[in-house]
Amino acid sequence: MAMTSKPSPIWQRPMFQLWSVAFVVAVLVQQFAKPYAAWAFKFPRGWQTRLRYHISDFSDWLLNDATFGLFTFTEMTRAMAWLMNIPYSGVKSLLATGLLQGQGSDAIQLLPPLSWVAVVFIVGALGYYARGWKLAVLAAGCFTYLALFGQWQGAMITLSSIIIAVPFGILAGLFLGLGAHRWPLFAKIISPVLDIMQTVPVFAYLVPILVFFGFSPISAIIATIIYATPPMVRITIMALGQVPSELSDLGNMVGCTPRQKTWKVMIPSAKENLMVGVNQVIMLSLNMVIIASMIGAGGLGFTVLAALRRLDIGAGLEAGFAIVVLAIALDRLSQGFAQRGEQSQLQSEKTTLFKRYPYTSVSLVVVIITGVIGLFWGVMQAWPEAWFITTGKSANEAMKYINIHYYDLLEGIKTSLLLNIMIPTKRFLLSLPWPVVIGFLGLAGYTLKGWRLSLLCMVLAGFILITGQWQKAMVTVYLCGISVIIAALIGIPIGIMASTRDRLWNGTKVVIDTLQTMPSLAYLMPVVMLFRVGDFTAMIAIIAYAITPAIRYTAVGLRQVDPQLIEAGVVSGCTPWQILTKIKLKLAIPQIMLGINQTVMLALSMLVITALVGTRDLGQEVYIGLTKADIGRGMVAGLSIAFIAIITDRLITAGSDRIKQRLGLSS
Amino acid sequence: MRQKTPKLVCDGVWKVYGDNLDVVFKSPASSPSATDLATNNLIGAVQNVTLDIFDGEIFVIMGLSGSGKSTLVRCMSRLIEPTQGKVLFNGENLTEKSDAEMIEIRRHKMGMVFQHFALLPHLTVLGNVAFPLEVQGIGKAEREVRALEVIELVGLKGRENYFPRELSGGQQQRVGIARSLAVEPELWFLDEPFSALDPLIRREMQDEFLRLQGVLKKTIVFITHDFDEAIRLADRIAIMKDGAVDQVGTPQDIVLNPATDYVAEFTRDVSRAKVVSVESVMSAKADNAPDGGYSGYIKASAKIAEIVSQLKKATTAFAVIDENNNDKIIGEITRDDVIDVLMQG
Repeated sequence: MAMTSKPSPIWQRPMFQLWSVAFVVAVLVQQFAKPYAAWAFKFPRGWQTRLRYHISDFSDWLLNDATFGLFTFTEMTRAMAWLMNIPYSGVKSLLATGLLQGQGSDAIQLLPPLSWVAVVFIVGALGYYARGWKLAVLAAGCFTYLALFGQWQGAMITLSSIIIAVPFGILAGLFLGLGAHRWPLFAKIISPVLDIMQTVPVFAYLVPILVFFGFSPISAIIATIIYATPPMVRITIMALGQVPSELSDLGNMVGCTPRQKTWKVMIPSAKENLMVGVNQVIMLSLNMVIIASMIGAGGLGFTVLAALRRLDIGAGLEAGFAIVVLAIALDRLSQGFAQRGEQSQLQSEKTTLFKRYPYTSVSLVVVIITGVIGLFWGVMQAWPEAWFITTGKSANEAMKYINIHYYDLLEGIKTSLLLNIMIPTKRFLLSLPWPVVIGFLGLAGYTLKGWRLSLLCMVLAGFILITGQWQKAMVTVYLCGISVIIAALIGIPIGIMASTRDRLWNGTKVVIDTLQTMPSLAYLMPVVMLFRVGDFTAMIAIIAYAITPAIRYTAVGLRQVDPQLIEAGVVSGCTPWQILTKIKLKLAIPQIMLGINQTVMLALSMLVITALVGTRDLGQEVYIGLTKADIGRGMVAGLSIAFIAIITDRLITAGSDRIKQRLGLSS
Repeated sequence: MRQKTPKLVCDGVWKVYGDNLDVVFKSPASSPSATDLATNNLIGAVQNVTLDIFDGEIFVIMGLSGSGKSTLVRCMSRLIEPTQGKVLFNGENLTEKSDAEMIEIRRHKMGMVFQHFALLPHLTVLGNVAFPLEVQGIGKAEREVRALEVIELVGLKGRENYFPRELSGGQQQRVGIARSLAVEPELWFLDEPFSALDPLIRREMQDEFLRLQGVLKKTIVFITHDFDEAIRLADRIAIMKDGAVDQVGTPQDIVLNPATDYVAEFTRDVSRAKVVSVESVMSAKADNAPDGGYSGYIKASAKIAEIVSQLKKATTAFAVIDENNNDKIIGEITRDDVIDVLMQG
C-alpha cells in the first residue's frame, strides 16, 4: 500500500459508489415496484419449502419406527433417561426427599434427607476450604436464607438437578474441547455446530427433548446439559490454545506420550482458564432452571413459573430471588475453588483418617449428629413452615401502589413510545421488499469482509425467507433492534461513567454481575405487572436483560486503553473531554462493538422468553412449537432466530476487526 | 582433549512454512532460492543448514529474533518436523524415527531448557524436576532421590517444596536446568535460557552454567541472541541470519575474520583481547631463552585479556606453554605483542 498517496474524495471510492447505487435502487423498488412485482413484498406461499413438515415427519419416524437393529430409537432414549435417573434420584433423596419406598404420595420415608443444618455446615466448610472465613460465611448465609424464607425444598430439588447436570456438562465440554484441540479437522466441524447451539433459543430444542424423553426432571437435565456445554467446549479450546508453546514443547521433550501430555502437562497448565469454564457451566445451568421447569424440572424454577402464570408477583419474586441466592453461592464457591492455589507446606506424615481428611470427617460427624437430633427435634431437620419469613405480600402491595398512583404516567410513556417509535419502525421494516433486505445484507458482508461473508448472510437470510417466516423475522428484528439501540443508549454512557473511577467501577461490577445471575424470566414479572402484556413490555424486559454487556464492555474497553497513550494525550494538553472522545472512545470502539454484539445475542435469547407476554415474532413461533410439541415448527423458527443472531454476529465482528486494523490494534 | 566425533549432524535441513511446499521441494535434493520461496508465498524459517556438533563441546547458535535459531533447535529434536534434510544423532537419522522411538530418545538422551522456564505451575520444585522421570514411569521414591541430587547440584537445596511462582526468575531457571539434567541427557539443548533474566543474574547464571559444564561435560546446543554471551560461553558459534548460517567458527575465528558484513556488525565492538588467545599472537620460540630468563610462563589457550596484568611488570618475554602437551614451551610473547592486540580495540 502506498501510504503517501492522497486519499481520493469520498464520492470517487468504489465502495461509496456501490452503496449509493444500491440505495437509490432500493428506494425506487420500495416506492414503485409494488404493482409490478408483488412477490418481492410478500413471498408467495407456493415458493416456500415444507421443511417444517419434513422435520416433524422425521421425528415421528424416529419416535415410532426408527430402529438400530437390536433396539429402537425410543428404547435408546428410555435407556438413557433410566441411566441418568440413577444418580439423579440418589442425589435428590440425599438432599430433598429422603430415602423413599413406594410411589407418589403413598411413599414411606425410610431415611430423612440431610438436615438443613448439615447442608449449611457443608457449604460453609467448602467455602472455608476454598478461600477462608469470608466465603464460608457468605455461602452458609445464602443457604440459611433459603431455609428461613421457605425455599429450602425447592432449592434442594433444583440443586440436585444442577449437581447432576454440571459434571456431565463439564466432562462433555472438556472432551469435545480436547478433541478439537488435537484434531484441527474436528475443530472445524464443531465450530459452526457450537455457533448454532449457542444461538438457537433454548425453547427450540426443548421440543425434541420433550418429545423423545418425556415430561420429567431428566429431560430438564438433558436440556440443561445441552445448553451449558458449548461454552465449556469453547473455553477448553481457548484454554488449551493459550498454554504457552514452551510447555507443550516441554511435554514432547521429556518424552510424554500423547495421553501423558494431555493429562500431565496441558490440562494442569490450563487449569485456571478451565475453571472459568466450570463456573460458566454452573451459571448457565442455573440460568436454565426456570425454563427447564417447563419440561418437568420441579424446584424453584417451577415455583417461579407457576407464580408467573397466576401473576403472583410476590411469590414469583421470592422464588426468583432464591435462585439468585443459590446462584451467588455456587458462583462464589466455584470461583473460590478456581483461584485456590496450592500452598507449599512440608508434608508431614498424617496417620489417622481424621487428620488426613479433616473437612470430610467433621462434615460427616455434623451430618450424623444433626440427623439424629433431627429425628426428635424437627427444627433441626427442616425449618418449620410457621417460622418462614416472607416478603411476598409487601412486594404485591408495592406493585398495587405503583399501579394505582402512577398508572397514567406509565401508560403515557408506553403509549407515546409505541405510537411514535415502535409502530412506525415496525411498519417500515415490514414494508421493505425482501430482495432489498437480502441485497443489503449481502452488500454489508461484502464491504466488511468479502464475498464469503456476503454469501453466508444471503444464504442464512434466504433460509428464513423460503421457510416462510419473513414477516415474523422482521418483527423480531424490529423488537430486538429497538431494544438493543435503547440498551446501548443507556448502557454505553453508564459504562463510560463507571470507567472513570475504580470505586464506581467495582460497585457497578457487583450490580451487573448480580443482574447476570438473575434468570431471564425473573425480569419479565415486574414489567408485566407494570405494563401488562404486549410489545412494549417485551421491549422493557429485553432492555433490562440485555443491557449488562453494553455497560461491561464499554467500561472494560475504556479501562484497557494503554495508559501511555492517555499520558501522551495529557502531555499534549488535551482536556478531559478530548481525552475521552479523541483517545479513549476511539480506541475502545472495537471493544464496545463486541459489547453491542453480546447485547444483541442476549436480546435474541430474551426475545423467545417474551413470547410468554404475547409478542408476534419468531419467538412466539418457537413457543407455540413447544406448547404443541410440534418439532418442525419450533426447530425452523428456532433456527431462523439462530441465523439472525449469526448474521448480526458475523457482521459486527467483521466491522470490529476492520476498525481494529485501521487503528493499528491488530495486524 | 576435545574428541572430534560429531554427536549431532544437520545435513541440509530446511523448515519452510506455506501451502505450496510440493512445488519447490520436488526431490530430496531440492534447494530453492529466495525468489522461489517468495513467488510461492513460502516462508523459509530454516534454509539449508548443515552443521556438525561435536561430542562435549558448547555449540552456540546466535542470531537475532526471526533468524530461525529457535526453529532450527526444534528441528534438531524434531519438536518441529523439518521440511527436508537429515538430522543425525549418534549417526542415526532422527527424521526417520517413529513417534515411539522419538519418545524413547527424548526420554533418555535429550534435555532442554526453555527461555521462559516452562515450569509446570501445579507442581513443586521437586515435582517439576522429577517430572521427566515420572513420565518414564519411575517410582516416586526413586525419582525423588534422583531429583534431589540435581536440585542440590544447581544450588536449590532446601527449596524442594516451593512452587515455581514462589521463586525468583533466576531460581526458576535453575529449576528448569535441574529438570533437564535429571535424566542425564547426552545432548543438552538450551533455548535462550538466560534471556528473560536481569543482566546481573544473567552473568551469575552464565558462570553457573560454565561451572556445571566443567563437571558434566555434556554436548550442548545453546541458543542466544546476545553476541557477548555467545563468545563468553562458546567453544564454537554458528551465526544465523534469515534462516541460514552465515558463519561457523570459534569465537576467535569469528571476531578476527568475520565472513560477512552482517557478522562484522556484531564483532565490531567486541574487545579483541577477550577472544584472542595467546597462542595466536605469540611469536616462534627463540633458540635461547632471553637474557635474564623468561618473565614467566603462560598457557597457550589463555586469552590476552587474562594475562594483561602479568605483563605489566615484565621486562623480558614470557614463555608460552602448551598445557595439553606436558607444558612444553611452544613460543614466546612480549609486552609489545599484547599492546598490539589491545590497540585494535
